[in-house]
Amino acid sequence: MNHIALKMLMGDRGKYLGIIMGLTFASLIMTQQPAIFVGLMSRSFSFISDLGLPDIWVMDPKVQFIDDVKPLQDTKLYRVRGVAGVKWAMPLYKGLLKARMADGTFQTCNVIGLDDATLIGGPPVMLEGKLEDLRRSDGVIVDIDGAIDKLAKPSKIKGGKPEPLKIGDTLELNDKRAIVVGIAKTTKTFQSQPVIYTTYSRAVRFAPRERKMLSFVLVKAMPGENIPLLTRRITESTGLAAYTQQEFKDLTWGYFMKNTGIPINFGISVTLGFIVGAAIAGQTFYNFTLENLRQFGVLKAMGTSNWTLLRMILLQAILVGLIGYGLGVGLTALFGYAMRNTIMAFKFPWQLLVFSGFGVTLICVFAALISIRKVIKLEPAIVFKG
Amino acid sequence: MNGQSTAAVRCKSVVKTYDTGGDKVVALGGIDLEIHMGELMMLVGPSGCGKTTLISVIAGILDQDSGSCEVFGEDMLHMRSNQKLKFRARNIGFVFQAYNLLPSLNAVENVSVPLIINGVKRQTAEYRAAKVLEQVGLGARGKSLPSQLSGGQQQRVAIARALVHDPKLIVCDEPTSALDHETGHTVMELLKDVALHDDRALVIVTHDSRIFGFADRIARMDDGHIDKVVDSSDKL
Ligand SMILES: Nc1ncnc2c1ncn2[C@@H]1O[C@H](COP(=O)(O)OP(=O)(O)O)[C@@H](O)[C@H]1O
Ligand SMILES: [Mg+2]
Repeated sequence: MNHIALKMLMGDRGKYLGIIMGLTFASLIMTQQPAIFVGLMSRSFSFISDLGLPDIWVMDPKVQFIDDVKPLQDTKLYRVRGVAGVKWAMPLYKGLLKARMADGTFQTCNVIGLDDATLIGGPPVMLEGKLEDLRRSDGVIVDIDGAIDKLAKPSKIKGGKPEPLKIGDTLELNDKRAIVVGIAKTTKTFQSQPVIYTTYSRAVRFAPRERKMLSFVLVKAMPGENIPLLTRRITESTGLAAYTQQEFKDLTWGYFMKNTGIPINFGISVTLGFIVGAAIAGQTFYNFTLENLRQFGVLKAMGTSNWTLLRMILLQAILVGLIGYGLGVGLTALFGYAMRNTIMAFKFPWQLLVFSGFGVTLICVFAALISIRKVIKLEPAIVFKG
Repeated sequence: MNGQSTAAVRCKSVVKTYDTGGDKVVALGGIDLEIHMGELMMLVGPSGCGKTTLISVIAGILDQDSGSCEVFGEDMLHMRSNQKLKFRARNIGFVFQAYNLLPSLNAVENVSVPLIINGVKRQTAEYRAAKVLEQVGLGARGKSLPSQLSGGQQQRVAIARALVHDPKLIVCDEPTSALDHETGHTVMELLKDVALHDDRALVIVTHDSRIFGFADRIARMDDGHIDKVVDSSDKL
């Protein structure tokens, strides 16, 4: 009976395409929107991912996420270094400073200060220059997006395009001279400001004088050390918060989930996609069954069991579900591919396939159920009605 | 055909009422009827007299309220629903006024449906269906969809479908009323010549007096009762 079910379904071109379009739409929205959402949300902690070397991040216990800097006294660094099981602990400065541009305007920058000796915590990719060039006096490394956009120099020709910041150019950070010694590539974060890397001591010199300057302490554990245990030891002996890299990412992600409208907005899009898709596909599928009720009645009169009819309808639902799901997921992948070089956030982990697959399944089960109910209650005697 | 022939259908005091929101319509008010093997029985009478209801009960797609209706000695009323489906699938062929072919299946596929329902493999079923289509004169139209066939051709496909699984009883509701006189005649000839034989009975509901001549016996119905059963040679 399977081939009969499929022929019945595909025989009605208009409805068949309508059902598939509804499901494709639902599956597209339920995959693409979450992909953008995941892409966007993972930006919240991309600074932590970029800075992959340390096992543990140590900070003020009140810190809620990566950009929420609550400075520590410099002496805390030595306290952390004193904890058993710590291989090394390095200071990290992270703060917003004003850069004065060549034309006299100001641009706020995200300044990162790295341990002077080891330069641990540098950018993931150097496009021009070397990280070691930071050792030159007044040296800074600028991220490429900032260099070509917000920190770009006005064109020498009137009305021309701004020129990207290059190695050798100078900036003023808080009235102090800085020389560009490298251009780096960093992963996008929620912060739209340009990122400037320099040494810890230089960053502290750039920044306005304050009693506490140390933003984070980055810790590497001794080989074989139990990292969760070490975080507890650090907290106990210093009174500071210590998180594994993953814990700090989760903390940051959780903060953005709770305190921004992002999850709600995407939740609404996904729900709407689900409802609209379910309505279109469910309605068309149900209409399709209603229109074919007489055919089901004929099969019933000729001795087809409800169980077989149920299987036929399920098969029809599974087929349109698979096609709609495949098209939706495929379109999402195409979308992601087309957007790969833009600032559009997009991440497509396999869990999204499960998520939208589940959504499409739900729609198909719903559509099949209302149709099956109708067919099971159908009296075969209708076949003799004119 | 001998006089002692077994009954294909034996109805005794069959009553069927429809409940239409408070109003009770008595569609069958105690029907007694016997149909023999090898016989073409026509049920005739004015519209609304209960003909369709009666063949629905005979075919086992409608349960009577009381009385018994045995088909080949068994009353489908007392069967479990699965048994009933199997019994129907094996023993009964249907021809409808509105043809009721599946529009997205071609002629061969339509004819093969009863075999498929009986569990015959698709390939075998379609092979046998093509043979039966030849018998009804449509051997060349096997690949045509119902929409590509005339009314008469569609009814011939429907007859092939009613024959293909070799059922012992074929029920037809107004098989000619959607057709012009000549086509109706061809269809009746087909039913009489190809469908009817000693090991099968045909019940045909009609109010088309021009085809009464094809019947072996005619049961006249009025208002849920059978007035009289006559041989077709007797004048009505
Ligand atoms: N499903 C139904 N519900 C209510 N009344 C019905 C139903 N089917 C038939 N009837 C009534 O039962 C009577 C017999 O109908 P039917 O068997 O269709 O007659 P015929 O086929 O001779 O025209 C009619 O009065 C008709 O209105
Ligand atoms: Mg009728």
